[in-house]
Amino acid sequence: MDAAALIQALTERFADAVRGSHAYRGDATIVISRERLLDLAGTLKDDAAFQMNFLMDLTAVDFSVFGKGPSPAFFASSGVVVRPSAELPDEHPWPGPPGPARFIVVYHFFSLPLKHRLRVEVPLEEADAELDSVTSLWAGADWLEREVWDMFGIRFRGHANLKRILMYEQFVGHPLRKDYPVNKRQPLIEPDGDASSHSR
Amino acid sequence: MPRAIPDNPVGAPAAASGALETRDMLLNVGPAHPAMHGIIRIVARLDGEQIVNADVEIGYLHRGFEKMSETVDYNGVIPYTDRLNYVSPLINNVGYSMAVEKLLGISVPERCHYIRVIVSEISRITDHLTCVGASAMELGAFTVFLYMIKAREYLWELVESVTGARLTVSYCRVGGVKADLPEGFANQCRQAFEETRRVLAESDALLTRNRIFVDRMSGTGKISADDAISYGITGPFLRASGVPYDVRKDCPYASYDRLEFDVPVGTRGDNFDRYLVRMEEMQQSMRIVEQALRDMPPGPFQVNPQTGCPLPASEMVDQAKVGNIPAIRDAYAVTDPTLDGSAKPLRVSIATAEKRVFLPSKEDTYGNIEGLMQHFKLVMYGHGTRPPKGEVYFAVEGANGELGFYVVSDGGNTPYRVRVRPPCFAIMSALPKLIIGDMMADLTPTFGSINMIGGELDR
Amino acid sequence: MSGDAAFVTSRLDEAIGWARKYSIFQYPFVTACCGMEYMATACSHYDIDRFGAGLPRFSPRQADVLFVVGTISQKMAPVLKRIYDQMAEPKWVVSFGVCTCTGGFYDNYATLMGIDTIIPVDVYIPGCPPRPEYVLDGLLKLQAKIQAQHESGRRSAREPRPELELEPWMPQR
Repeated sequence: MDAAALIQALTERFADAVRGSHAYRGDATIVISRERLLDLAGTLKDDAAFQMNFLMDLTAVDFSVFGKGPSPAFFASSGVVVRPSAELPDEHPWPGPPGPARFIVVYHFFSLPLKHRLRVEVPLEEADAELDSVTSLWAGADWLEREVWDMFGIRFRGHANLKRILMYEQFVGHPLRKDYPVNKRQPLIEPDGDASSHSR
Repeated sequence: MPRAIPDNPVGAPAAASGALETRDMLLNVGPAHPAMHGIIRIVARLDGEQIVNADVEIGYLHRGFEKMSETVDYNGVIPYTDRLNYVSPLINNVGYSMAVEKLLGISVPERCHYIRVIVSEISRITDHLTCVGASAMELGAFTVFLYMIKAREYLWELVESVTGARLTVSYCRVGGVKADLPEGFANQCRQAFEETRRVLAESDALLTRNRIFVDRMSGTGKISADDAISYGITGPFLRASGVPYDVRKDCPYASYDRLEFDVPVGTRGDNFDRYLVRMEEMQQSMRIVEQALRDMPPGPFQVNPQTGCPLPASEMVDQAKVGNIPAIRDAYAVTDPTLDGSAKPLRVSIATAEKRVFLPSKEDTYGNIEGLMQHFKLVMYGHGTRPPKGEVYFAVEGANGELGFYVVSDGGNTPYRVRVRPPCFAIMSALPKLIIGDMMADLTPTFGSINMIGGELDR
Repeated sequence: MSGDAAFVTSRLDEAIGWARKYSIFQYPFVTACCGMEYMATACSHYDIDRFGAGLPRFSPRQADVLFVVGTISQKMAPVLKRIYDQMAEPKWVVSFGVCTCTGGFYDNYATLMGIDTIIPVDVYIPGCPPRPEYVLDGLLKLQAKIQAQHESGRRSAREPRPELELEPWMPQR
């Protein structure tokens, strides 16, 4: 299925949940509300029309400072601020981040039999950053969801073992959030004292 | 977590009546362990020699690739991508630059596509050589390791002649590659491949029918095709389970659709099949490189021999100042080699013509005002390549599987978010499944066949 | 100590230094990219065995030199410290690659800015990653250092620093 057909089929089937869609640069993308994520994922996986057997990637984006980067200045001392005219023109521009929500969780699906790809985005508010886990459908989601929890602090309901994966347990904060300074280090922590870590 | 055998209590003797009491043992492997050529920690629960349960901990090489990418400009990410899968850095370069090119909506010249294919495939061979060599070494076949590293050195010499570096190459740029292939590359390549083929034949003779090797590899670390797909495993690992998924075939990029190659597929999904798949893939990669070298469009020097005469750039500027246009119309500027004297016509064949993306040739930078402005607009603080707002996902076939880059732009000169889909992350997440039920000693070949690369796994 | 005895012990000390520098048992603490160049150095093309450092020991207790190869993250740092503590004296540390020297270009929340913030370092081999030639050069420097450590003390007392020849413009004694 090509991108347009894929978006249309899903928009028809999940009319109440789909909040937006686009096919920027040919990547079929739909934005859905989190309540229907599991339904949609289940359909994508099992329905003969989609057959998305791969969950290729699962990640998140923090949109809190989107488009608010500092203006570059020529000769900063002069106080003259110059915003260089961006970018290459776009015939079909991207519709922008989905809504005012701070986070989106991004799923990339791929169907091996039908060779199509789909991106699903789920917007999440910061105060209530929680959504359903898809570990019941794809075993690979286990670690990917742990990584999103570790890096962004987004919780996954129904995940059996939601703990940090890349950082250590005692780490405070979530480093890929835009408000975490890039070089803020935290004290070194000895590995935990469980029976297995004593090699002395 | 699936358990083959119910857990016995650890430490305390089981309440056994009559039967011999048994207890499980917790064995910690890693994060720095001789049998692990990577830093992970496995806490295995053993019943005798059998692994009953395993807990895998990663993250010991997490060095913030994704966060660092948000602090540098688009081309500045390329050195960081080198250090993701550091055994095949060129594939990461290609994947990242193609993702940003997709975001920008530009394409690169045909010759550049071929160059990217050639360097990717050479990298793939070095990656597989390292993987097979290291896992053979861990099973005691040290000779194979020495042979394979020898072949890798020949290929690295090739890579060095193209990129100027052995390992961290930073060869691709958004919109092209840094430089064209050097003179005599095809010949050099032929010689290196001859050596590599000899090494592969020797290693094949040493390993494929070696009783010890086969006994340890076959039947261990098994995974079925369905499980592998569920874990999101791709690449040689998936193909060994019988699923012929290869990004180069299924979603072709660069010039793979014009090249002929086969995708080797295993049947049993065990370590031995993965070894065979990798061995065959190296042969196929060499086949691809040879075809690409044959088919690639020649550089413009070869198609249009320069009709004009060379003129030093400074003299050209002087002539232009006094309006002596006829004298410079047919001339082309040459710069001092110390000014990175890349030949201007060469650049046309390896990089996009889009001025807002790619640096001009040095002849233009030093020889005329447009070139100078273009250069400044790209290198000055806060300027640089500024893709439109948007998001793209682009996947290439890495040495371990699908290597995807998800790039989000907010219209600024630094990426808003760069996410890499690391292929061995998915494979590592299946590690407990792969080793549970096997013997402790089977962990070594299984871990070797995963080809875990810390930089890519933990980023 | 009488003259003859001092002669014997200092010659013995020199011999120990000589023996030690050519029988380096290294513990490669390989974490990242530099490991690939470490492998290249150890294998046939560059052959670190020529310098008597051909046998990596994968146990800190059996090793003399800790080669810290590759980026050390905040999570890994305590492990490195523990391994260093487990090594028996005499021990030396080589910091291999720019990440272990200074942190390199990973100045962020996850990485350690150089291993010398947690353990002492004898030889720094910069480079990202260092070419095998650099590594061999670093190894030779370490060997010189090992030898010199065993020639210090008694040896320097026996062979005083040569007298400085005073030029006419210098303050005279």
